[in-house]
Amino acid sequence: MIAYIVRRVLYVIPIALGVSVIIFGLVHIAPGDPLNAVVPPDAPKETVELLIKAYGFDKPLPVQYLIWLGKALEGDFGISYATGRTVSDAIAGGVVNTLILAVGGILIGTIMGCSIGALAGYFQGSWIDKLATGFAIAGVSVPHYWLGLVLVIIFSVELSVLPAMGMGPGGSTSWVWDVEHFKHLILPVITLSVIPIGIITRSVRATIAEILTMEFIQTLEAKGLKKGRVFIHVAMNAAPTVLAVSGLQIGYLLGGSILVETVFSWPGTGFLLNDAIFRRDIPLLQGVILVLAMFFVVLNLLVDIAQSLIDPRMNRS
Amino acid sequence: MKKNFGRRGRWALFVSTIALSAMLVIAPQATKVQAQGTLKVGMTLADIPVSFGQPDQGFEGFRFMGLMLYDALINWDMSQGDKPSGLIPGLAESWSVDPSDKTKWTFNLRKNVKFHDGSTFNADAVIFNFDKLLDKNSPQFSARQGSLVNFRIPSIKSYKKIDDYTVEFTTHKPDSFVPYQLCYILMASPTQWEKTGKDWNIFAKTPSGTGPWKLETLVPREKAEFVPFKGHWDATRVPKLDKVITIPIPDPNARTAALLSGQVDWIEAPAPDAIPRIKSKGFKIVANAYPHVWSWHLSRVEGSPWNDIRVRKAANLAVDREGIKALLGGYAVPASGHVTPQDPWYGSPSFKIKYDPEAAKSLLKEAGFSKANPVKIKAMISASGSGQMLPLPMNEYIQQNLAEVGIKVDFEVTEWNALIDLWRAGAKSPQAKGSHVINVSYTTQDPYSSFTRFLRSDLHAPKGVNWGFYNDPKMDDLLNAASAAFDPAERDAVLAKVHAREVDDAAFLWVVHDVAPRAMAQKVKGYVQAKNWFQSLTSAYIE
Repeated sequence: MIAYIVRRVLYVIPIALGVSVIIFGLVHIAPGDPLNAVVPPDAPKETVELLIKAYGFDKPLPVQYLIWLGKALEGDFGISYATGRTVSDAIAGGVVNTLILAVGGILIGTIMGCSIGALAGYFQGSWIDKLATGFAIAGVSVPHYWLGLVLVIIFSVELSVLPAMGMGPGGSTSWVWDVEHFKHLILPVITLSVIPIGIITRSVRATIAEILTMEFIQTLEAKGLKKGRVFIHVAMNAAPTVLAVSGLQIGYLLGGSILVETVFSWPGTGFLLNDAIFRRDIPLLQGVILVLAMFFVVLNLLVDIAQSLIDPRMNRS
Repeated sequence: MKKNFGRRGRWALFVSTIALSAMLVIAPQATKVQAQGTLKVGMTLADIPVSFGQPDQGFEGFRFMGLMLYDALINWDMSQGDKPSGLIPGLAESWSVDPSDKTKWTFNLRKNVKFHDGSTFNADAVIFNFDKLLDKNSPQFSARQGSLVNFRIPSIKSYKKIDDYTVEFTTHKPDSFVPYQLCYILMASPTQWEKTGKDWNIFAKTPSGTGPWKLETLVPREKAEFVPFKGHWDATRVPKLDKVITIPIPDPNARTAALLSGQVDWIEAPAPDAIPRIKSKGFKIVANAYPHVWSWHLSRVEGSPWNDIRVRKAANLAVDREGIKALLGGYAVPASGHVTPQDPWYGSPSFKIKYDPEAAKSLLKEAGFSKANPVKIKAMISASGSGQMLPLPMNEYIQQNLAEVGIKVDFEVTEWNALIDLWRAGAKSPQAKGSHVINVSYTTQDPYSSFTRFLRSDLHAPKGVNWGFYNDPKMDDLLNAASAAFDPAERDAVLAKVHAREVDDAAFLWVVHDVAPRAMAQKVKGYVQAKNWFQSLTSAYIE
């Protein structure tokens, strides 16, 4: 097992390097001059040329990449072209805020998804199953952006029971564990959890339905085990699948909350990324994408390891 | 047993969390408590503008950071909304050009002006701030700040202190537009810069200017809090509010929701289709024409169909501007030129721009075109962008209008930042791919931005932003005469001739002027929307 873990960790290195090359390449081939983040549209050519040199855009792309990578390895993602503020600080703040959303979203997603999925799996073909399947399809189909707006219109504008935007009262600041901040969390977390609920429901339903047809279940029932005890066995067998799906969903939620964060003006990485894209703020863009991609890589690693630990049948060697 | 208890505990935690969430949703929200005199503004920006002196993020950066914290030697008059906003004395009480050498300007500085940190404003502070932008060898030189504003002061050659309250500027050649250039240079405190370790990024956390507001808190991307500077040199500009909080909310729907739910008191640029709903909820919309024009910039390079004045005039007569105004919820002014008829630079053009499709058809027929044999135009437009209003529906509306008279338009839709690159490159560049139009809306706040940069032949792209390669020696003469006219009345008269000539030549396809609608709660009182890109919050208060 230790050898497997070491090998998996070592695999992360070429994956991370590959990801960094792709990120750097994509950011640089995107249309639009990166200096648009720095200079006004009608700045004279001389100013633009001066800044091209100052920011190192006159160097060949591979050289720019190596300089960036060298600094990134030390945790230095540079200075935002647009604001002059440190990219690492911006990312650190954004990641924490996004994690709050993502963890909330995945908690609700996993709990609801597992519950609904298990019910549907157990009562396959019944109206419960049809209702759950319909709910799951709606969950994966509904656009985040639209759902967020609808929730805001209902709960913020019409009923005035929950805030429409921000992370806390009086213009959002960093997270504080109090009721006011919790209220700001509810709508974005619900919006964000809808897709994981749908996906996890479908996966759990299919897995449970499959497990229930297996011979060992009949054996357990024949041995006279109560339904509750049988369920524990079913759940244990379904756990690796649930874990894999939930792990991937956290990754998606970390990177994919850009629309939700924009709708709710939640100051996380999605909001940061949105700003960086529209302002062509290359250091910020590269830094955020790299950190999010690395989250994904690390999450996959953790899920793989956790799956091996839970299910000894998985021969990872 | 222990394991089972843990599972139950987790279940209990889950149930309590759900129950608590439900209670919070169902329970009526506690009375919205708002500090008296605190105004919360939802900006369209995605981030708080930089606070170290010269702001970023264009004119909204000036509006919600630069001109709140700082003053310039010359300020904009934002105290009234009835007539176009002009220049007024700021940190300079007066200024004059040397009659014998019109490249020399003397500025007499205001005495007894204090920065927020208590230090005194004087000629040394002026020199310090210009060195910051222009002298690469000065310790306070900031390439970043220079890049944000140096393009606005192309005439300044040198500057020097005459005495503690007198500064002299020298220009490359006589240029009466100098006051319009210097009004963008904001004065930051040299003493505070010293105190903050001579680092502009640290200075930005506790900035010090002479403006009516002091920065109390700045959380990037989240909020900026401003409190009044009671020691401001102009007693009429000491803010009435206790505090202003600016919050970046780039998404228009989120801004509207934030206003309707009472999280902010004021939003910039509500979406036109949300305005009826905002009004129905008891909020007010404040709007006023300001120096802005939404137009099509026409290519005049060889082979462009716009080289025929009949086609240019036909296009200007084919657009139903009232229809576009209705599309914008009534929040626009139909354009009959680059500036509005109320502007002193409007003049008396003989070509009357109006909706007259029959006249447009006749002109096109004369030029050899018809609906069956249309003029073919390729236009570069964006889907969004600063000052662009609603570019897609507006452009589609125009496309339909033009098609009805015999001008067939194909769009090349480009992302806003990419469009800016194409604009800089010019109509002759390979990137333009033979496009005949670029749709970038413009400020008409000062003579250079309004006319010179688009019409003078020595500013053809990429040297300047004369994108369409407009070339008219008589126009060059007029523009040069305007910058050489030092009497304001005489200068305005020449600029009126520039504008009349431009309209008579149908140099652009002019569509509408924006009126910058802002939505705010009824409790916001005292605010006067100036006919300016910049606005002052000093007169506003919460009732």
